[in-house]
Amino acid sequence: MDISLDLTIAWALLLAFAVYVYVVLDGFDLGIGILYPVFPAKEDRDLMMNTVAPVWDGNETWLVLGGGGLFAAFPLAYSIIMPALYPPIIAMLLALVFRGVAFEFRWRANSAFTRRFWDWAFIGGSTVAALAQGITLGALLQGIDVDGRQYGGGWWDWLTPFTVICGLAVVAGYGLLGACWLNWKTSGELRDKSRHIARLLGFVTVGFIGIVSLWTPFLEAAYFQRWFAWPEILQVSPIPVLVAGFIVLLARELYNEANDWMPFVLVLALFGLCFVGLGVSMWPYVIPTEVTIYDAASPYKSQLFMFVGAVVLVPLILGYTAYAYYVFRGKMEKGEGYH
Amino acid sequence: MDTFLGLDALMLARIQFAFTIAFHFIFPAFSIGLASYLAVLNGMWLKTGDRVYLRLFKYWVKIFAISFAMGVVSGIVMSYQFGTNWSVFSDRAGPVIGPLMAYEVLTAFFLEAGFLGIMLFGREKVGPGLHMFATLMVAVGTAISATWILSVNSWMHTPQGFVMGENGQFLPDDWLAIIFSPSFPYRLAHTLTAAYLGTAFIVGGVGAWHLLRGRQTNRGVKIMFSMAMWMAAVVAPLQVFLGHEQGLNTYEYQPNKVLAMEGHLQSYDNGIPLILFGIPDQEAGIVRYKVEIPKLGGPILGKGWNASMDGLDTVPDADEPPVAVVFWSFRIMVGLGMLMVLVGFWSLWSRYRGNLHYDRWLHRAALLMAPSGLVAIIAGWVTTEVGRQPYTIYGLMRTGESVSPIAAQAVGASLMAFVVIYFFVFGAGIMYLFKLMAKAPEIGEPESDTSGPIRTAGITPGAGPEVSPAE
Repeated sequence: MDISLDLTIAWALLLAFAVYVYVVLDGFDLGIGILYPVFPAKEDRDLMMNTVAPVWDGNETWLVLGGGGLFAAFPLAYSIIMPALYPPIIAMLLALVFRGVAFEFRWRANSAFTRRFWDWAFIGGSTVAALAQGITLGALLQGIDVDGRQYGGGWWDWLTPFTVICGLAVVAGYGLLGACWLNWKTSGELRDKSRHIARLLGFVTVGFIGIVSLWTPFLEAAYFQRWFAWPEILQVSPIPVLVAGFIVLLARELYNEANDWMPFVLVLALFGLCFVGLGVSMWPYVIPTEVTIYDAASPYKSQLFMFVGAVVLVPLILGYTAYAYYVFRGKMEKGEGYH
Repeated sequence: MDTFLGLDALMLARIQFAFTIAFHFIFPAFSIGLASYLAVLNGMWLKTGDRVYLRLFKYWVKIFAISFAMGVVSGIVMSYQFGTNWSVFSDRAGPVIGPLMAYEVLTAFFLEAGFLGIMLFGREKVGPGLHMFATLMVAVGTAISATWILSVNSWMHTPQGFVMGENGQFLPDDWLAIIFSPSFPYRLAHTLTAAYLGTAFIVGGVGAWHLLRGRQTNRGVKIMFSMAMWMAAVVAPLQVFLGHEQGLNTYEYQPNKVLAMEGHLQSYDNGIPLILFGIPDQEAGIVRYKVEIPKLGGPILGKGWNASMDGLDTVPDADEPPVAVVFWSFRIMVGLGMLMVLVGFWSLWSRYRGNLHYDRWLHRAALLMAPSGLVAIIAGWVTTEVGRQPYTIYGLMRTGESVSPIAAQAVGASLMAFVVIYFFVFGAGIMYLFKLMAKAPEIGEPESDTSGPIRTAGITPGAGPEVSPAE
């Protein structure tokens, strides 16, 4: 295997990492918005938002890295996927506008009415963004029509029962992340209620993971082959076994009151495993069964130029991001506002 | 043909890009300037220990947070719109400009976002030194971001350092040549300076507003106005020079754009006039009702008084930019630039006479000019971007070839959604900004007010007037 192929794999892994980091980081702060409706009290909502206010911006930057990285390292895939998923992508962008500004505008509202309006912008924006991201994932898995170097389908092809299920799965999953985050970062009644919701959403999320995992192999013969053919089944079977194991651990932690940060960490691991499972299904395609990562790869010079920077910068970014989390560590109390 | 309200997908995609980027551009331009201003204020506070700088920091940082949030959310839209609306361009140009944009994310966006939380909320948690560092990182991040994205933009105007691939892609050959394309240094200097100057005029306008309301006893107000007027006096003339330099560079690499800016629809064989005003009629190939200064156009473009020049009449119609838009947007930018220089010199005169904080006509002018920098930025942007039409990659790839294979209804529907939501959301945001700006910076710290009747004024020289009961 020559070095340019290795670089393409390295970029595929790096982008997968960026998307994973995005999913879990923005996942929990989008989850806060998704959970807002069940916490109607203003003080609760203030506190919930304050637990993510210093970090949400950095979390969302991983989405820009995911999109920008795809553009740079796999421009062909970027230019086929974006038009194919035009409506959900635009809906996600507009939803992120609403929830992003809500972080600031909510504190500037001068009446209960406008504050409630920005609360709903936060709820709607977070939920629609999560739904659109799940639909995007589902549409990618179910396949995209390609015509030459362009998208070849219509502008509603992405809408199927499978993609809707994927969308709902992501909403539930982000809600679970958000509930586990609140369980970690708050105390008292808010923390108790979050833990209760985490149990409920844990069941829902696990149910969705089951449905999507069982449905996916039947979308494409290649997926079925990957998961169920002998002897491949031996190589991939650790993934579902580990998923099951982590589900048991998560359930135990959520019902055992010992530790407040462990459920969050376990959900990160669970999502990581789901991510590996997705990778197993899709490999080596970036647009399943149409475009491989090698077809879509930008030239060696482009990938190398970025890789040199990424090797230095990504660890640095992880370092100062971790520092920012460390600065705002610990449980946050009511009235401990920043604004 | 597939249309939406009579417009085809290409036109709709162009309108959508112009609309979303014009809205977006305002916020980062303001954030670039304000982040540096905040770093200066925080540095002054740490250096002098004069609390007025801390209060000014706290005043402007709230405004910064709102503006920054609007910049972030409108910016994410831009990074995906390349793919949704301009997929053919993305596929072909991705190998060259994609990596530059990835570097923007890695070196700038993360830096800004990572340290923003500490800058906004972390002063008490990390201590003054690290807080200053975080503030500096945010300021540096905004400038790095501008550098990369302007490098991308400049390459699209003056492409070099690439080879053409068999699949139609532009492939990188020499990264230094790509990053430092011929128009890049000029564009970077002119645009960054525009961001600083535009911010100074907003700060000056806010100061002027409070001075007009008789808040001369508020040191914060006086200091912000004075600092902004120094910027106007020093940077506005510098900006005229930088703009002229960029114009000469443009004339070298994109002569058609300069011909449109100057309204030179005709060729000249004995001296080039400077057309001040007129109504360009591109189809007829003339500027109607023009007011011009004979011969002055030559020296401005670095030619002789009696030089000859080929006008747009020598350019095939299909290669001409839309002249009227470029002609007028250029005049708006230059006109505002001249007025900014005027306000700067006026402030020097008032300052010399010791009247800076009491010259009501200057304050009225500064208030009126508060948005001038941002308006000039948008006008300049329109000039350079419409002026490079009909190309996305100058001379090599046309706008018409760049668009996604997307239904006009999809682009039209999303355009309507962008228009409605942007006006609503960013309208609300700008209203919140106005409300914050309409309040004067606090006169004294609450905690120091409780420490005694004359507060702790003893340790802050010059704080005397602040305890005046006027506010």
